Amino acid sequence: MTRRSELRELTRVRILTFLREPEALFWVFVFPLVLAAVLGFAFREGSLEPTPIGIIAERPGDATSEAATDALTLVLARDELLSIERFASFEDARKQLTKAAIDVLVIPGAPPTLELEPNKSEAEIARVRILRALELEASGGAEADVRIAPVTEKGSRYLDFLFPGLLGMNLMGTGMWGVGFAIADVRRRKFLKRLLVTPMRRSSFFLSFMLSRLVFLILELLVIVLIGTLLLDVPFRCNVFDFGVLSAVGAFTFAGLGILVASRAKTIEGVSGMMNLVMMPMWLGSGVFFSYERFPDGLQPVLKLLPLTGLNDALRAMMLDGDGLAAVGPELLVQVAWGALSFAVALKIFRWQ
Amino acid sequence: MNGDPKAGKVALRAIGLRKNFGDLVAVDGIDLEARAGECLGVLGPNGAGKTTTIEMLEGLLVQDAGRIEVLGRTWGADGDAIRQRIGVQLQETQFLDKLSCYELLRLFGSFYDKRDGEDDVLARIGLTDKRDVHVSKLSGGQKQRLAIGCALLHRPRLLFLDEPTTGLDPQARRRVWEIIEDFKVGGGSVVLTTHYMEEAERLADDLLIIDHGKVIASGAPETIIATLHAENVVEFTPLRPGATDAGGERVPREWEDAFRALDGVDAVLIDGASVRMTASRTQVAIASLFACLDERELGLVDLRTHRATLEDVFLSLTGKHLRDD
Ligand SMILES: Nc1ncnc2c1ncn2[C@@H]1O[C@H](COP(=O)(O)OP(=O)(O)OP(=O)(O)O)[C@@H](O)[C@H]1O
Ligand SMILES: [Mg+2]
Repeated sequence: MTRRSELRELTRVRILTFLREPEALFWVFVFPLVLAAVLGFAFREGSLEPTPIGIIAERPGDATSEAATDALTLVLARDELLSIERFASFEDARKQLTKAAIDVLVIPGAPPTLELEPNKSEAEIARVRILRALELEASGGAEADVRIAPVTEKGSRYLDFLFPGLLGMNLMGTGMWGVGFAIADVRRRKFLKRLLVTPMRRSSFFLSFMLSRLVFLILELLVIVLIGTLLLDVPFRCNVFDFGVLSAVGAFTFAGLGILVASRAKTIEGVSGMMNLVMMPMWLGSGVFFSYERFPDGLQPVLKLLPLTGLNDALRAMMLDGDGLAAVGPELLVQVAWGALSFAVALKIFRWQ
Repeated sequence: MNGDPKAGKVALRAIGLRKNFGDLVAVDGIDLEARAGECLGVLGPNGAGKTTTIEMLEGLLVQDAGRIEVLGRTWGADGDAIRQRIGVQLQETQFLDKLSCYELLRLFGSFYDKRDGEDDVLARIGLTDKRDVHVSKLSGGQKQRLAIGCALLHRPRLLFLDEPTTGLDPQARRRVWEIIEDFKVGGGSVVLTTHYMEEAERLADDLLIIDHGKVIASGAPETIIATLHAENVVEFTPLRPGATDAGGERVPREWEDAFRALDGVDAVLIDGASVRMTASRTQVAIASLFACLDERELGLVDLRTHRATLEDVFLSLTGKHLRDD
């Protein structure tokens, strides 16, 4: 029989075993979908939320006091952004205020009293809206003269900042877990030892992990990017090819790190611990959820050298600003250096049995 | 060791093998030789050093001392050439559960320059009907046959099998034996470790009995059994006068000496409350045993005689059984 390529066969087996592992599929494909749904809900576009406020007569039950309250309620109700609840007892009203079911409790009078928690932004919004309603009433409907220019440009929302960071984090997670777990598993089964007594080239073994990652990367990118651009309206301003190259470099880097982390661990638990240890600083410091520029200046150079920081920066530059590969050269270089270094060290220290 | 001039070419030779794990001497100076087309059995109890020895031969462990020559080559420079030509079944490999038998064979096949088709191999190991079944769904015996299939799909000249039938029922064990015998018929050489003497007696042309990392007997099975200088073994459990059971008490020294002195008895071994005697002239030995029991008014719980086996050799050499069970 003619010889089949061992690299192709090893890669095939990696892909098959992965596809037959329901948990793994969940983390790579379903999880991003769930995440996107949550994000889409949290950052959905739409009208402003009305502010819930309460109103109560100064002396509940007293006719004049109740009439004044009716009048004030009418004035406030003209503002659609105030949703007003009328209370009959102070006890009830304050309970709702403590529970934050209403942001402000209005008690008519001259002047009216606003009961609120001073340091809460919701209370502040409610206060401003109430004041505006009162001023409009006093001035007979004339508003201060300013021109409003609404920002509608894509790419300036927090979601637009967050999305490339999540993509980077996902590439890191699937790369490291996918490779690290698979290696720990074949080692635990002593399957690795069995491979050692065959003439299989060791480089094929490692490369098969890299290649199978590449296959899943394509699927993963498709799922995530399509969700981002079609469902969440995140901009995608760069060249698809450049984006593919960057993602592939990122995937290789983290596959290399995954091999390194799994190169000596004897158990799945050992690998998990190491993985978390390596990834934790990057979840926080690589600008996934917020910009790493918020960390002290002294830390900046270190943070910039983390593999995920470079990937996130480059993904943002490409997706949001439409930069090409050339513009993210330094970040690519950091990636490649990490990948190559991890791979080289892993080859040296790898425990085969 | 086997200086037989008529012997064929040597497939495997090791001299003065030694391996320590810290303070523990796992292999303590073992010499061995497997002739081409024959099966060398390595027999020994748990922890004897069988796996350590075979893994040094397979190039998985580096020996602390000694020399190994596999198919005329040495590990190191010739490693890949050797790996192309040997097949290995390890004692405790778990194959990837989610692959089918076919897929697993296909993977292993891709490592070798020459190989048989997957379906041929499946037929040879009797798993044709399990072709597309996942490894996790196979029985123990089927898994073991698949492991052997992975070891011989490239038609190796030398096959290493480390306890291929441990834990299998007799039926499954026989099916494995048939595959190994087939391989030998095709001209292959085999090194096999086991702690089943029936397996060694059936498959091995040559045998190495090891204990505590040392060779305690070697040669063809019949030759080794012949070293007992007795064809037969008489086993019995004597009873004190009037007693109804032996109570697990060790046989008294005094009786032991009396049994040793019996006519026709070559050697006596005490195994708790039981006695094993080897005898070249069985009838004489039994007649004198009965006379002796009569004289001392001793009773008998049981009495058995059988042809000497490797188990008896092992017992007489080490005073213990090959297996704990
Ligand atoms: N990696 C190791 N580290 C330390 N000690 C070891 C190691 N491998 C084997 N040993 C010890 O070396 C001795 C020989 O072990 P080995 O596995 O060769 O025995 P074996 O004859 O194959 O036994 P079994 O029939 O149980 O498979 C044992 O005492 C074992 O505990
Ligand atoms: Mg063993």
